[in-house]
Amino acid sequence: MRNLLLIFSLLPLVLTTTLRAETAEERGLAIAREADARENGFGDFSSDMEMILRNRHGQESRRAIRIRTLEVAGDGDKSLTIFDSPGDVKGTALLTFSHKVGDDDQWLFLPALKRVKRIASRNKSGSFMGSEFAYEDIASQEVEKYTYKYLGDALHNGHECTMVESSPVDAANSGYTRMVSWRDKDEYRLWKVEYFDRKASHLKTLILDEYQQYLQRFWRPHRMEMVNHQNGKSTELRWRNYQYRTGLSAGDFSENSLKRVK
Amino acid sequence: MPKQYRQHFFAKLFCTLVGLLISFLPFSCLAMEFSGTAAVEGRLFLHSPQFAGQRSQDGSLAVSAELYHEFTNGSSLIMTPFARLDSADQERTHADLRELNYLHVGDKWEVRLGLGKVFWGACEFVHLVDIINQTDLVESLDGEDKIGQPLGHLSLVRDWGVVDAFYLPYFRERTFAGVHGRLRSSLVVDTDHPLYESGREERHQDVALRYSRSLGSLDVGLSTFQGTSREPFLLPALNKNGDPVLLPFYEQINQTAVDLQGVFGSWLVKAEALYRTGYGRDFFAATGGFEYTLVGIYDSAMDLGLIGEYVFDDREHDRATLFNNDLMAGLRLAFNDAASSQILLGLVQDLEYSSRLLTVEAGRRLHENVRLNLEVALFMDGATGSVDNALGDDDFIKLELLAYF
Repeated sequence: MRNLLLIFSLLPLVLTTTLRAETAEERGLAIAREADARENGFGDFSSDMEMILRNRHGQESRRAIRIRTLEVAGDGDKSLTIFDSPGDVKGTALLTFSHKVGDDDQWLFLPALKRVKRIASRNKSGSFMGSEFAYEDIASQEVEKYTYKYLGDALHNGHECTMVESSPVDAANSGYTRMVSWRDKDEYRLWKVEYFDRKASHLKTLILDEYQQYLQRFWRPHRMEMVNHQNGKSTELRWRNYQYRTGLSAGDFSENSLKRVK
Repeated sequence: MPKQYRQHFFAKLFCTLVGLLISFLPFSCLAMEFSGTAAVEGRLFLHSPQFAGQRSQDGSLAVSAELYHEFTNGSSLIMTPFARLDSADQERTHADLRELNYLHVGDKWEVRLGLGKVFWGACEFVHLVDIINQTDLVESLDGEDKIGQPLGHLSLVRDWGVVDAFYLPYFRERTFAGVHGRLRSSLVVDTDHPLYESGREERHQDVALRYSRSLGSLDVGLSTFQGTSREPFLLPALNKNGDPVLLPFYEQINQTAVDLQGVFGSWLVKAEALYRTGYGRDFFAATGGFEYTLVGIYDSAMDLGLIGEYVFDDREHDRATLFNNDLMAGLRLAFNDAASSQILLGLVQDLEYSSRLLTVEAGRRLHENVRLNLEVALFMDGATGSVDNALGDDDFIKLELLAYF
């Protein structure tokens, strides 16, 4: 009896959602919001990253990077990126306050001079450390920075995925006209992204895998590979040593902490 | 190398090595993180020397290391020794502890004690406001190499900004090229006989205070310094052999300064200004400019940075400032390749004397831990009477190979 009552009380709600067809844009935005919501509440995390750059002849060059991220309620994350190798960039660090709306604030610490330099972050299309990743690919992905469109479903490595197209709001300062993202329907994990350049031709493909779950909640890929189809180069990111809720606070993401980073 | 210089050279080298060894001792008992660089450098001067004793080329070796230990309570210890061995100039053969300090980080405060290095400022070409550390001028004319400064530094971090208070108990002298060195004035600066306005000489107790705050896209710093000027007057005198020399004279000064850096869209805007009072005439100096980066030029991965700055300094010309009324322009090309290749072209145009300095700085990584740098400096049209003129024949090409360990 109680169950029957519940069904009747929910019926009008179910009917309105099914009767009013959701547009592709609404569905795309809903998927992006859900994926973002599933990332909320992590607090802080730190991890180590190895970046392997390969040219079309297969020659490799490596960089070692440490990343610390702090979740900020109501705004974009704060992050500190510390470079450990190659030798000539060792000790260099980048502090980023990302914002949901507007440009991110960025400061670069140059250890030889002990100097903190402000960086203009508006144009994010530039290469990150000579890799095939642009700053916009590794920046905090805020929902508000793109418009979305659901394209359909597809199977990726046995995962039932949604395909969502996203277009940057600030198109003039992005290297892309659009991206297409594959996310599985179960956990909203991102498995594949195709990037289309300003001439709308297919520029790069990102493949993410080796997912592991942390705090019984947060899924993190331990391997990402970005292939540039136009220049034949690729960049692989290997993530290690993910640590959640390490007790980082706003004080660890300040100009003062940037100056003494090790 | 004449005999007296050879003796001087080896005595200096000996003291350097013994000094470094002693300072390494207490560190050997701790678990340290160790890293450093070794550099081989060759400089070729394009014209014959203007002054007696100068050489046409020099080669040198430089080593710097960093030893770092972090205690479990949030404190740390750092030591950064540096030494250079130069084939031509015995004044360029020198060693220094760039850092040897203890840092404790509290909840909203930090304290650092020992020899340290602090940078203040925002601009690329001239560093006006930067005053805590002495410049190691024999290393480079750009004033970016600094000598370790004995200090007590308290930093208070508050919601309304950061207050940095400095107590500087001991003064370090500026280095100058010696008899055989290039990039100097006609008279050699006698660094063995410095003069001070204060009777306490290098033991004068200096103090400094800085307030800084980040206001969204704008960073502001206000600072004041009271103590021995890092920039000496150079006074003509005779040394004990009766040869004419320049004696550095360090006056007592008060300096009040402001520095700004802000982001306005894709533009980076920087400015520094100071007012200084002291033994000489009070003066005002300011510099400022912009930086704008064109990302991915010609559909490539390359970025081109455009830098424009201007400096005004109303000091009288008896002071050794190269920048009194100058316009500076820079082009920074970053290839964004695996080798992090980069070229920086710089132009300093003196608007008063029509003299001009053209610089090229280029570099690329040859291996994960090896980098090759090229530097070219061309001093052009130095008018008679300007300070720049002494360097007129000192155009040089410098190649530097750096190994990181």
